[in-house]
Parts: sequence; C-alpha cells; structure tokens
Amino acid sequence: MKTENQKAWFFVAPVLLLVAFNAIIPMMTVVNYSVQETFGDNLFFWEGLTWFEQILRSERFHAALGRQFFFTFMILIIEVPLGIAIALAMPRQGFWVPVCLVLMALPMLIPWNVVGAMWNIFALPDIGLLGYFLNHVLGINYDMTQDPVAAWITIIGMDVWHWTSLVVLLAYAGLVSIPDAYYQAAKIDGASNWSVFRYIQLPKMKNVLTIAILLRFMDSFNIYTEPFVLTGGGPGNSTTLLSIDLVKIALGQFDLGPAAAMSLIYFAITLFVSWLFYTLMTKDDLN
Amino acid sequence: MAKITLKNLRHSYYPNPKGPDDFALKEVDLDWQDGGAYALLGPSGCGKSTLLNIISGLLEPSEGQILFDGQDVTKLPPDQRDIAQVFQFPVIYDTMTVRQNLAFPLKNRGVDPATIEKRVAEIAEMLEVTDILDRKAAGLSPDNKQKISMGRGLVRDDVNVVMFDEPLTVIDPHLKWKLRTKLKELHQRVSHTMIYVTHDQTEALTFADQVVVMQDGEVVQIGTPEELFERPAHTFVGHFIGSPGMNVLPATIKDGQALFNGTAVALEGPIHPGTKGTLEIGIRPEFVSLGDTGIAGTVSRVSDVGRHAVVQVTIADTKISAVVNGTPPATGDTVHLQLTAAQTRLYADGWIASTPAQKESAA
Repeated sequence: MKTENQKAWFFVAPVLLLVAFNAIIPMMTVVNYSVQETFGDNLFFWEGLTWFEQILRSERFHAALGRQFFFTFMILIIEVPLGIAIALAMPRQGFWVPVCLVLMALPMLIPWNVVGAMWNIFALPDIGLLGYFLNHVLGINYDMTQDPVAAWITIIGMDVWHWTSLVVLLAYAGLVSIPDAYYQAAKIDGASNWSVFRYIQLPKMKNVLTIAILLRFMDSFNIYTEPFVLTGGGPGNSTTLLSIDLVKIALGQFDLGPAAAMSLIYFAITLFVSWLFYTLMTKDDLN
Repeated sequence: MAKITLKNLRHSYYPNPKGPDDFALKEVDLDWQDGGAYALLGPSGCGKSTLLNIISGLLEPSEGQILFDGQDVTKLPPDQRDIAQVFQFPVIYDTMTVRQNLAFPLKNRGVDPATIEKRVAEIAEMLEVTDILDRKAAGLSPDNKQKISMGRGLVRDDVNVVMFDEPLTVIDPHLKWKLRTKLKELHQRVSHTMIYVTHDQTEALTFADQVVVMQDGEVVQIGTPEELFERPAHTFVGHFIGSPGMNVLPATIKDGQALFNGTAVALEGPIHPGTKGTLEIGIRPEFVSLGDTGIAGTVSRVSDVGRHAVVQVTIADTKISAVVNGTPPATGDTVHLQLTAAQTRLYADGWIASTPAQKESAA
C-alpha cells in the first residue's frame, strides 16, 4: 500500500506561492484584459473573444508573425550548423581550450541593449566601422536605416554574433563527452570523417542540440531589446517583430485589450512550437 | 591472417624520454603466431593497453618495428592494418540497428551487399543475436552491446588479428562466464589470431593458449597457463597468478644449498652458477603441507575458502601460506611445514635461478 503523507503539500506551498506571484497572477491580469474593454478609470466592459478574433484576422499581426518566423528560421539555420562547425574545430585539450571557451562566452556576457547599441553604431553608414567600410571602402550601398534588406542582414548578423556561442558551448560539451574509444573504433572500422560525424558525433550531440535549438527558438521568438535598439522595427515596419509590434499596441496605442489577446496568442504559439519540437526530438528515447 | 612480430619495441608518452622509467613500454620482442589465442595479463598500468594500441596502430611506438608476416606496418594507420579491436566499454553506433552496426566495417570497405548480408547472418548466429538484428542498438543491455562490439570485430574474415581490451569489465559477473566461453568457442570457429588484454587471471587463463605476463612495461613470462602456474619465471608471475599467490621467502646460499631462516631447503634442482643478488625461495601454497617434522612456525590466520583452507603460518616475520585439505589447525598452534622439493625454486632479483633436476622429476 502507498503511504499517504499530506505533509508534502507544505513543501510545495512556498514554490506555489512564488510562482503564483511572479507568473500566474500577472498572467491572469493579462487574461482579464484580453476579454474586456477599458477606457481607464478602472471601468471595464465585457467583450468576450472579440479581441482574439480581431487579432487573428488582423493583417498587421499576420505580417509581424511572418517576420517573426522568418527571423527565427534564419538565425536557427545559420547558428546551429555554424555552432556545430565551430565546436568541431575547437581544440579538445591543451592550452587553447580555456582561451577558446572564454572568447566564445564573451558575446553572451554583454547586456542585450548594449549589443543593440553596439551594432547600431557599428552599422551606421557614415560613422560606423562596418557601415563606413562597406559604403566607402568597398563601395557597396549599405544603409540599414533606409534599406529593409540591409536592416535584416544587420539584425540577423547581430543575433548570430550574440548567440552562436550558446550553440557552440553546448555542442562542445556534447563532443568532449564522447569517449576516445568511439573514435578509435571508427578508425578501425574504416569510417570516413563524414561517417564519424553522422554516426558518432551527431547522435552524441543530439540531446544538447535539442536543448540548444529549443533555447534559441524561444529566445529569438521572444526577442525584443536588441532589434528595438538596433532598428526600432524600421525602416517602416520591415523589422517589426511580434514583440516590438506588441509593445507598440500596448504602450504606443494603449489598446490594452487587443495587446493582451495578442500576448496570449503569442505565448500559445511559443509554447506549442516548443512542445512539438521537444516531443518530436525525444520520441525515440522513450521506446 | 598473419604472424605478428614485435621487434625492439619501446614506447614513451614523453617527447624526450630520459631514463628507462620514462618508458611505458620497455624493449618488447614478441612473436604472435597465426591463429593463436593469446592473453596479455598484467596489473593496471603495466603497459598492456599501450602494447595493444601499438599493434592496432592507434599509437606509433617511439622505437622499434611491428611486422605483419614480415612486412613493416609500423607507420600504417589502423584502417590499413586489417585488424579489429574490441574496447573496454562497448562501442556501438547508437542510431543504427544491430544489423547495420555489424555491417558497418564491411560497408566502409565496399564489400558487396550479398556478402555483407551473409557474413552478418553468420556472425549474428554465432553470437546468438539473430533475433535482435533489427532492433536499435542504443536500447540494448550492456552485454548485448559488447556482443555487437565483438561482432563488428569478427565480421571481417580478412583481419590479421582481433584484439580485446578488457572487454568484460562492464559485464555482470554471471554473464562474464558465458561471454568468455563464447569467445573461446568463437576463436575455434573463426581461427583468427586473438589477443585478449586483461588484469584478471581467470579470464586470461581460461581464454588463452599462451599467456604473456607483463609488469612495468616489460614482458615477464610467456607460457601456457600450466607453465605459468607450475614454474613462474619471475616472483611477480608467482604472486600475480594463483589464489593465494606463490610464497616468497627470503633466502641465502651456502655451499650450493639454499637456506631459509638458517634451515636448508631442498630445491627442484641445481642453482644457476654464479647466482647472486637478492635471493628468494618460491613455492606455491598448494605444495606446502603440514606434517610432524619440518620447519616450525605459528599459525597466524586460517581462512576457509570452501573446498580447502588456507593456513597462514608465521616463521620469523615471514608469512607462508599453505593449502590444507581436511581439518585445519587453529590459530596460535605450532605446526611443521614440509615443502615439496620438486616445486621449490630459487629466485635471484626476482628471476628464476634454479634448474629442475633432469629426468628425476619428470619420471
């Protein structure tokens, strides 16, 4: 027979309280806003699912969501292979290991708004190092404040610079955990370099890469500070990602109802994609 | 398949070795005959894995040569030596099925699919893994994983040698015995040269026709399990093989007679001429018996190991073990030890220094 011990609830209670205050209660206020209309003065009118319908039908939301998926897709498709490649190229032992690790960790230690500001100045066409070099040395017409393509390249470049290290460090951790015997056995079995990567390194990195992709997905899907500081969503609306659009609606236009509904939809999408990805990746481990 | 010759092999992990202590492997000369079952036995750190990795080509020796059938392969990488190696921890390719794992070494060498299928089926049958051929290798138990590792070593019929680097370390005790028997049987069926590295004497003695005993980077003795047990060439072999190991008693020589604690001890035969250095008498506990006469000593410990008892007798600070069948004496008793002369040998600086008396003992 199982022992029933109600005391266990007391141990869970503090966590429950903490989570309630920092997550559940704020989230419930968002839910509250999302189904009502308010004109201030704490006056609320019931609206039902109007805001949700409005957001889901809104072309502005579709466009921002499209841009958001495009951004996340681009940075994942660059950062993951690049991160793996760098991790493979890094030394496994000796003097250079700590040097490489510190260099890799550096970009991640810089605050997000500073990264945005750095890249803004770096890319400005007339005074920035990159902007000046491209325009006045190489003669390439590059102006992220005017040209959407240039803005996109800069914003993706910035994210790659800031976050590839995360993939590198996780992939590297996966690589160093592979015992030498695997490489030796592969050598004796006559495996090519590609086979070693395909059948030893990649499978052994699978778990850490799943986490890396998941983290990069969530972070990039919710990204706000860096693009806001770098381009402010411009030129025009060309780099207005979901979070930037959300802030415009909530704090710029003060449409709290639609903003709340959008937040919830946004949250649901992030949650669903993360769940789907994680479930698919870990499906094999269960059998 | 080939005869493997190691010539003046030395290896150091230091770039500029100074003294002999810097060498993990000191001067090894060995011949491995084609088709033999060998065991490389020694304590951890004696250089046996180094030797194995040199034969497989994972390590290049600092000095010396490795010849396969007289052909120098010292500089060849592992995949061009046509060897197979099974590692301490099972190495399997997680994403592949058991069948794909077994086929991998053949596929990499461009063997045609029909032959691959035939070989895989044969090996799977030998290893009794036919029923799990289509399962993912990742989910197997450790002993099945190790079987698959072995299978990848055995699947090629053109290998010069199959090497096993302590392959049963991670296997449960009751399965160890099964796999060991399996290996012996496999050796008889495929007749590849096999080298089995271990620090476990039972594994070495049951698997091999010839056992190579190593200590501190040197080969101490090569022989059949019987030879190693009967006539250890070095006190180390005596210690290391047998349970309990050989008794080693401090000795002196006077007028061609070996003395222990002032008493003359009869040896198997004459002492090598010019013997000097630290002298010791070696005799296995199995050949020490208790009697009414002989060297007197006090029983300091009795351990009953089931079929017999091991009686430890202390004589002037030297402990001597004797295997006693029947009722053992009690601790504290005074007993008299008799040493079987034909099994009593003299060692100088660790190495054997007596010759068995001709004919007499053989008859």
